[in-house]
Amino acid sequence: MNKRILIIDDEPNIVISLQFLMERAGYLVEVASDGEAGLDLVRAQPPDLIVLDVMMPKLDGFGVLEAIRADSALAGVRVLMLTAKGREAEQRKGLELGADAYMPKPFSTRDLVARVKALLDEDT
Amino acid sequence: MSGPLIIVLSFAYLGLLFAVAWWADRRADQGRSVVAHPTVYALSLAVYCTAWTFYGSVGRAAESGLGFLTIYLGPTLIALLWGSLALKMVRVAKAERIISIADFIASRYGKSQLLGGLVTIVAVIGVIPYIALQLKAVSWSFTILLDYPVVRMPSAADVPPWADTAFIVALLLAAFTILFGTRHLDASQRYEGLVAAIAFESIVKLTAFLVAGVVLTLWLLGPAHFELAIAADDPRLQPLLQPRVPPFQDWFATSLLAALAVMLLPRQFQVTVVENSDERHLRRALWLFPLYLLLINLFVVPIAIAGLVAFPNGDVDADTFILTLPILLQLPWLALLVFIGGLSAATGMVIVETIALSTMVSNDLVLPLLLRRWRRRSPPADLGRWLLAIRRGAILIILLLGYGYYRLAGEAYELVSIGLVSFVAVAQFAPMVIGGLYWRGGTREGALAGLTAGFLVWMYTLLLPYFAMSGWLPPAFMEAGPGGVQLLAPLALFGFEGWNQVTHGLFWSLAANIGSFLLISSLREPNAVEAAQARIFVDATRHGGAGKAPLWRGSAEIAELMSLAERFLGPERTAAAFADYARRRGVARAQLLPPDAATVYFAETLLSGAIGGASARVMVASVTEEEIIGMDEVLNILDEANEIRAYSHELERKSQALEAATAELRAANLQLQELDRLKDDFMSSVTHELRTPLASIRAFSEILHDDPDLAVEQRQRFIAILVSETERLSRLVNQVLDLAKIESGHADWRNEVVILQETIAQALSTTEQLLRERGIVVTLEQPATPAAVWADRDRLIQVLVNLLANAAKFAPAGDPEVPGQVRVSLAAAGADWRVCVTDNGPGIPEHERELVFEKFRQSASGGNKPLGTGLGLPISRQIIEHLGGRVWAEAAPEKGARLCFDLPAHAPPPA
Repeated sequence: MNKRILIIDDEPNIVISLQFLMERAGYLVEVASDGEAGLDLVRAQPPDLIVLDVMMPKLDGFGVLEAIRADSALAGVRVLMLTAKGREAEQRKGLELGADAYMPKPFSTRDLVARVKALLDEDT
Repeated sequence: MSGPLIIVLSFAYLGLLFAVAWWADRRADQGRSVVAHPTVYALSLAVYCTAWTFYGSVGRAAESGLGFLTIYLGPTLIALLWGSLALKMVRVAKAERIISIADFIASRYGKSQLLGGLVTIVAVIGVIPYIALQLKAVSWSFTILLDYPVVRMPSAADVPPWADTAFIVALLLAAFTILFGTRHLDASQRYEGLVAAIAFESIVKLTAFLVAGVVLTLWLLGPAHFELAIAADDPRLQPLLQPRVPPFQDWFATSLLAALAVMLLPRQFQVTVVENSDERHLRRALWLFPLYLLLINLFVVPIAIAGLVAFPNGDVDADTFILTLPILLQLPWLALLVFIGGLSAATGMVIVETIALSTMVSNDLVLPLLLRRWRRRSPPADLGRWLLAIRRGAILIILLLGYGYYRLAGEAYELVSIGLVSFVAVAQFAPMVIGGLYWRGGTREGALAGLTAGFLVWMYTLLLPYFAMSGWLPPAFMEAGPGGVQLLAPLALFGFEGWNQVTHGLFWSLAANIGSFLLISSLREPNAVEAAQARIFVDATRHGGAGKAPLWRGSAEIAELMSLAERFLGPERTAAAFADYARRRGVARAQLLPPDAATVYFAETLLSGAIGGASARVMVASVTEEEIIGMDEVLNILDEANEIRAYSHELERKSQALEAATAELRAANLQLQELDRLKDDFMSSVTHELRTPLASIRAFSEILHDDPDLAVEQRQRFIAILVSETERLSRLVNQVLDLAKIESGHADWRNEVVILQETIAQALSTTEQLLRERGIVVTLEQPATPAAVWADRDRLIQVLVNLLANAAKFAPAGDPEVPGQVRVSLAAAGADWRVCVTDNGPGIPEHERELVFEKFRQSASGGNKPLGTGLGLPISRQIIEHLGGRVWAEAAPEKGARLCFDLPAHAPPPA
């Protein structure tokens, strides 16, 4: 069964690129363009992995991450944070909140795909 | 008693006095000074107690009870003030080499020769009666003693002067004084021998008085004398047995008078100030002198009672009791001892007084006159001899004047009142001296006026009555006033009656004196020299006294200064003094001394010691060229207190300024920190905004690169994204640079008259494609008349494009039922033109309406992101505000947002 990936990002062009990359790698992809919508989708049907942007309208990435980690039902969901904020403080904050990986924008497509693959392979 | 015995004894005593002086001088030369002892100093002050004290106290007590004590109470009280008053005088005198009271006053008021001369005249005229009193006392006591064992009062002398004891006494004392006092020229070289002799003399008179007092008191307490007297109920004893305090004003006046006299009498100034070798000696004098006064008055009342008891008929003058009682009691040794004590008291006073007066006469009266003459003719080479001759002559003349006064007026009054008249004359110096030590405002004219006024009133109220009593003037004049004008009667000026003569004279003379002094002094500010001297005198006890910033500017030659000093002091002493001074200044030889203010000041002070400050100033000025120093400069240089005040003021001001600066810095620092934070935020935001398009670009580039087999459609789509993201990126970079340029003020502005209708049209055509793509309907409302503003055309278009893009971003798109609408309106608003762009989107919540103009603060209500950089509105605001307008966001009348700006309408120049 194909793994399911949720992309939460408000940058449409980035979403397009991510969706293309994930689908090419063989995953099922869903998309949300802000934090609240993304969280609704996660709760409705927990994905295997979330590619999560930080800077988003309504609810930012950290908020989404916190909500997910506070919910024991979502414990198995992997989170890869992706952000244009390259500062170390941000990165540390993401990891402390329970992100499984953290990648800065602009990202290397190969690294990203490899990273996603690695995270999902841990489970199986 | 045989005359020769008394004469031999007198000479023996004077010889002893001379021996003491000689011994002390020798000791001083050997460097083992006896005078440098506080007790000797304190004893020498007792020269205050003259024959007047010795004989007169008993007389005054017999007449008025305790009234005699005031003459000693005053000095005792003022001794309490010596810590300040006498200390100041001593310090000033040391620093300025002051050698007499005339010198002191003249120095204080700008080294005025005229003032010094006037003080001298007042002192001589005022003190001559006092000297007469001493002559009278010696000659009377001699005559009385001659009649031993008979008690007889001397008859009024009607003998020719050469047969008159007083005349012979005057000549003898003159000779003795000349021997004592005019051996050196430099009077500031202290008379050590003289001081020692005076101290000795003080012991002699005190011993004589105490011995007589004990013996006579024992007699009085002996068998029945006292009881007899009391039983006799003699009314003359009343004031002594039941003492009353004299009327307050008399008591106060006499105490004040004596207090002033003990400081200001020429001889007291000499021993207290000039002869002081160490200012610490004042501390002993402070209690020892009052103690001496107490002791010498201890037996006054018993002796007075004894005299009144022993001579019930009143034919014996009470002034003579202390001498006549031993005669009556057949005690020749005691009579002789008392005579020697009285002689001692009189000679001590006469010697010191005439030395002091002769110095004043030569330095302040004769020398200035000679100097005036020598201005035309060259002065004699050896001025020193001249000065000595002048002083000797002055001593002789003063004593002869004293004798003359004694012959003419001395018979009319008893001793005490003669002394008090002199005291009042000398008290005229008080305003100048005490005022000069504590008040900076006194001027030369003020001092001259005060002294003249006081002295004239003294002559009128005190001297004239004496002459009248002596038969020189019609006595009626005293009561009725001159020409019968009662108000001007010398004994009751302006109708003042009921006070005794001395109190009356003191009151009016001091009132005239102080009034004139203050009034005339207030007419002008002290000039440079007066201000300089005022500082030295008033601040004498501050900053250690002697330190003086010489206030002199000009040119001088050392050789000339030295040859000037040689004339008065002789070559040896001059050379020694200059060499010593050169050593102190660290110069090898006197000839190499710099001819500066300090050297000139030194020369002047050196000369002051010989000829007084005022004359020294004139002499030094004759060989130097002094530049006048303006009052402003003087105030600047001199008023140290002012300087310090100004300095601390300055400090205070500076520390306040420093505090203010610190506060400013702190505020600036906070602002900088805030700016730094903003800059960080901005940088972080810019980075974020740059990374986002970059991320897309990289992702799609890699996809295209890695996947050559991509479908053509897909490929086209991705390349379109790449193009748009690249555009976005360059737009962002441009806007960041633009914003930085505008904010830092480096932007170029090509302002001109711009017609808004034209710019709106241009902006619409630029955004036409974007708007059309999103299916937005644009409506435009604008007046037909051209709306002119003063602006940079391109930037204004940029603003309009930003506003339109913003509206396009939020206007609904892609929903056929609710088409996006943008309305552009242009209208006049007062003196401005107002442009508004309204959309029918979600609108901006009220709290975000200001935020949208901040960098990267896009409204959270979302929208199509790639369209905005987050810098469009901030840049628009910068531009509009730079052009003198304002820009803001508001709610649209129905639904949506409205962004507007105002720009001042440009009035077209009248054609």
